[in-house]
Amino acid sequence: MKNHVLRPLWVVIAAVGLLLLVRAYMVPDDFGVHGSGFTYGFHRLGNIDDWKAEKVQYKGKEYCAECHEENVAANNASKHNIIQCENCHGPAMDHPDNPEKLEIDRSRDLCLRCHALLPYPDSARGRLKGINPQDHNPDSPCAECHNPHKPALEDM
Amino acid sequence: MSCSRRKFLKSTLSGTLAASVPVSALKILSPSESKAATTGTENTRWGFLIDTKKCVGCGMCVKACKNENAVPYDAPVTRTWVERYVVTRDGRTHIDSPNGARDGFTSQKILDQEIRPEEINKTFFVPKLCNQCENPACVQVCPVGATYQTGDGVVLIDRTWCIGCGYCIMACPYGVRFFHPVFKVADKCTFCYHRISKGLPTACVQACPFGARKIGNLMDPDDPVTKIITTERVAVLKDEYGTKPQAFYIGLDMNVR
Ligand code: SF4
Ligand code: SF4
Repeated sequence: MKNHVLRPLWVVIAAVGLLLLVRAYMVPDDFGVHGSGFTYGFHRLGNIDDWKAEKVQYKGKEYCAECHEENVAANNASKHNIIQCENCHGPAMDHPDNPEKLEIDRSRDLCLRCHALLPYPDSARGRLKGINPQDHNPDSPCAECHNPHKPALEDM
Repeated sequence: MSCSRRKFLKSTLSGTLAASVPVSALKILSPSESKAATTGTENTRWGFLIDTKKCVGCGMCVKACKNENAVPYDAPVTRTWVERYVVTRDGRTHIDSPNGARDGFTSQKILDQEIRPEEINKTFFVPKLCNQCENPACVQVCPVGATYQTGDGVVLIDRTWCIGCGYCIMACPYGVRFFHPVFKVADKCTFCYHRISKGLPTACVQACPFGARKIGNLMDPDDPVTKIITTERVAVLKDEYGTKPQAFYIGLDMNVR
């Protein structure tokens, strides 16, 4: 074959070769089709373990009960038993090591999430006990009169 | 000329073809390997069940999700959110979701508009999240294979591999994806993969005081979630897109979009 044919051919081959070389270095070994088909499964297998290794932040009530048995028992006997401790106390993470003390959300706004009255009788929200935040002791935190662990006033 | 036109074309074509075949394409899969690669081998398929009749719009789920998954609390992005629908007697539908309902719904005002109780026809709250579609449009468009579907049906994003092009954010018909302001990659709900793979419920499921959210294994006929999905009337969002969502809704209203 003549030189003018071969020369561009070599260039093309070199370019493709370079591309494959770069690809071989760049693409991790575990990159491939794993699991759900060529359309949806193309990925780096190790990433699944990366996601599994993410830290759990919210531990759940049973974890709290391990040390705070009394509070959990009081709460379990009340209407607020459906609420997770961490909804108000914040994620436990590695408590008691980190954080040593959980930051409690005592704000009125937290209670209003459920107890600000919305006139929606056909929705579950409308059936919750609600107040009008503007009329009902507007300047006081709810916890001044109600114990969040057992909110019914008779129980105080 | 010693080189004929035919010969020239032949050699160029075969040379180019040979050089452009990637090394990986030359790997020969055994029948079992190729079957595993196309069908998946796991006996778990995660599905989500949302009961719009139980949701009260407290937003505890949104708050828990943000904390659990390191989504910046004050940035206007969130992996799950709750929408409020108020349909008035004049046939109009009012929808809002302030901050994704991170702080719940505490005001009767919708988008600064006062709606009198006597005008209201029906009201409900609709939590939304990634549907972990069976045919995820977001995965199809990813040019680098950074977003993918696991064998147990969850769509994940490889943060080390995502180039931040945003194709998936545009492709998702449900608008559940966003650009993570800290990690600088695409982000969305992972069904709390780090929790469910340890046998824990997702953060939102755990935080919901009203049991409006549930997660289960659709491959297990005895799973309470599977039982409801297979025996009761449930609906999915935007069925017409053909993405086959794995998040099912009880009491889905025709006004929800
Ligand atoms: S809801 Fe959107 S982001 Fe989630 S899997 Fe479906 S297409 Fe992808
Ligand atoms: S925590 Fe439950 S009830 Fe509250 S907004 Fe979320 S889904 Fe609805």
